Amino acid sequence: MLLLAAAFALWLIPSVGMAQEGEQGVRARVLADDSATDEREPVEGVAVRFFDQGGAELGSEVTDAEGIAEIPLPSPGIYQVEIDPATIPEGLSLPNADEVRREANVQAGRFATVIFQLVVGEGDGGARGTDITLRRVLQLSVDGVKLGLFLGMAAIGLSLIFGTTGLVNFAHAELVTWGMLVAYFFNVLGLSSLFGFTAGWPWILNGPVDLISAALMAVLLGGLLGWAADAGVFARLRRRGTGLIAQMVITIGLSILIRYIYLYMFGGTGRFFRSYAGQQAIAIGPIAVTYKDMIAMTVALVALIGVGLTLQLTRAGRAMRAVSDDRDLAESSGIDVQRVIRWVWVAGAALAALGGVLLGQSDVIRWDVGSQILLLLFAGVILGGLGTAYGALVGSILVGLGIQLSTLFLASELRSIGALMLMIVILLIRPQGIMGRKERVG
Amino acid sequence: MNWGSILEQTISQAFGVNAMVFAMAVIGLNVHFGYTGLLNFGQIGFVALGGYGLGMSITIFGWNPWLGILMGLVYALIFALLLGVPTLRLRGDYLAIVTIAASEVLRILVRSTTLAEWTGGNTGITGFANAFYQFNPFTERVYDFGPFFFTGPNLFILSIGWPLVLLVTFLVWQLMRSPWGRVVKAIREDEDAARALGKNAYWYKMQSLMLGGVIGGLAGILLAIANSTVQPDYFVPVQTFFMWTALILGGVGRVWSPIVGSMLFWGLLTVTDGVLRGFEAEGWVPRWLMNASQVGQIRFMLVGLGLALLMIYRPQGLFGSREEMMLDAR
Repeated sequence: MLLLAAAFALWLIPSVGMAQEGEQGVRARVLADDSATDEREPVEGVAVRFFDQGGAELGSEVTDAEGIAEIPLPSPGIYQVEIDPATIPEGLSLPNADEVRREANVQAGRFATVIFQLVVGEGDGGARGTDITLRRVLQLSVDGVKLGLFLGMAAIGLSLIFGTTGLVNFAHAELVTWGMLVAYFFNVLGLSSLFGFTAGWPWILNGPVDLISAALMAVLLGGLLGWAADAGVFARLRRRGTGLIAQMVITIGLSILIRYIYLYMFGGTGRFFRSYAGQQAIAIGPIAVTYKDMIAMTVALVALIGVGLTLQLTRAGRAMRAVSDDRDLAESSGIDVQRVIRWVWVAGAALAALGGVLLGQSDVIRWDVGSQILLLLFAGVILGGLGTAYGALVGSILVGLGIQLSTLFLASELRSIGALMLMIVILLIRPQGIMGRKERVG
Repeated sequence: MNWGSILEQTISQAFGVNAMVFAMAVIGLNVHFGYTGLLNFGQIGFVALGGYGLGMSITIFGWNPWLGILMGLVYALIFALLLGVPTLRLRGDYLAIVTIAASEVLRILVRSTTLAEWTGGNTGITGFANAFYQFNPFTERVYDFGPFFFTGPNLFILSIGWPLVLLVTFLVWQLMRSPWGRVVKAIREDEDAARALGKNAYWYKMQSLMLGGVIGGLAGILLAIANSTVQPDYFVPVQTFFMWTALILGGVGRVWSPIVGSMLFWGLLTVTDGVLRGFEAEGWVPRWLMNASQVGQIRFMLVGLGLALLMIYRPQGLFGSREEMMLDAR
């Protein structure tokens, strides 16, 4: 798996080095989705204002015939772009009225592009298309599978930890955020920003590194955190005989603690990885996918196939499935259950961290991502069947598809409701989940 | 550092609106978890429905304020029914996940622009509280006596809310001594045994879920009147976790624990806040370690750490008995 990841690293490096010397700045593009022709049309004459991170206004521009308004900036950093809703032409509107202001991550020597997508008609709180076209269905399906793959990486650990120990881990999503933040640290800040004396040392020890190296560190440190969580907390609790419900409440306490440590260390602003903001999408038939998304999905698939092969073919994997299936039986057949649980924690946390990196590159990196995805992870795990590894994956992909495809009918602000309702409905008609076995429900 | 003012704030908060609303909501949680063993992690959803039932009835539909209070309770009751049907037959941790998910669904719905016509979207609902404040006898702006410091409107809602909390505590106490309470506690201890004795465990659990939910709705009504508004962003899952912290602090399954736990929770929260801010203002804490905006974050970290440590070392809380409350999966 590491070799494959390294191969992807080599593939990525040229795109990292492509930055051209020159001026940096922010560019806002205002487009309108014309449902009649399925084309995106530029919108002229919309006022756009630019702010720095502190909220001071840097200037304002009006979009030209290309729908573009841009200003040059003296230095890289995070900037804010705000569109003036009053200047949007008749008949068009912002899909989500909350989203007049967006963030842009400006790299040295580059223009960061922020796209404002307008819809025909009154915005109803989300980009609900006026009609359902094949193109939209396909596009949303691809987006849904993507989200589902990323969520699934985290959900597998959650499900296996439940299967082997019976613990519902409310802090699992913090492991996802951990991966995101560790990768951000190595990708954007670099180790030498913390320990100045390591500057000039090779690779990771030096300043900011490329995203692949950062992702490797995230996976390693994710596994380490999983090891520490089990060795430091949960193995001890099991030895003390602390009940499962008590352990579950402890994970809730830990998730609050960890989440606010992230906020304390990291601040409340959303961030992005270096060099991956605003890529052009490539059209494949009717769908548009960015290069980085294709790589991310491939990485996720490779990792998941790796997990599947490990679970299916290796001794450790078989032991994990055996313990998850029936712990007492596994123990009496000579499997060291505590060791297997330790490895489930390490592997589950490492996978969650990788899922966090992939989520981070496709979306914004924030301290409270955990609170946003925890319920989606639960939904995926319950849909697939608590305690199963493959079920968690299938369930997560269904959740991802459900979230994206529900925007065909629902306002996008309501989209996670579809996944949560699906979970509740599944509990009504098939409580053991799609791939679970009946006796699990108890 | 002004210890006197910290003390005054702490005591005022321990008897204040937040503690009062929490006490009420935690009584409901205690009915669910403490007496019946139901893992409800969506109590904030019931609180939200109480508030929204009141606000929507008065402001949006223009109904009578007393009908508004009734609607708040009815909404909470319906929510309990909807939650109970799919989950009460399943093992406890499913209920935990579904309740937290349902409370989030609710928050997203009331916050959405799609339903803004009825729920006020992300700004919530205002303009319903005057119907109640017209009875307010405390017309001065601020009342400051001894260690207490309350505004007039707050004193009004507190003078109604706390007696109500005591009344509900008394009723729950009596109910749990009744045959119904004994069945419910038997279900908590051993559901199969209760079923074997011919008790319809499912229906008893449903009744308990509805009772605790309605008490949560009452908490939401008090909250809405006290704040003169319902704000969707108040009703986040972490509030439920705080309620659990208060419940466990007081001692699960005890009559007085919701009140004591809530007062302690808000008292402790205020005292840490005051002390941390004092330290920061005096310059006793190095700037790199903590600045003024990080005080709130550190306070939340302490809540999380406190909940975890409490659960590890003293799961029975301050007043619970360890024998009665061995928390475990059922």
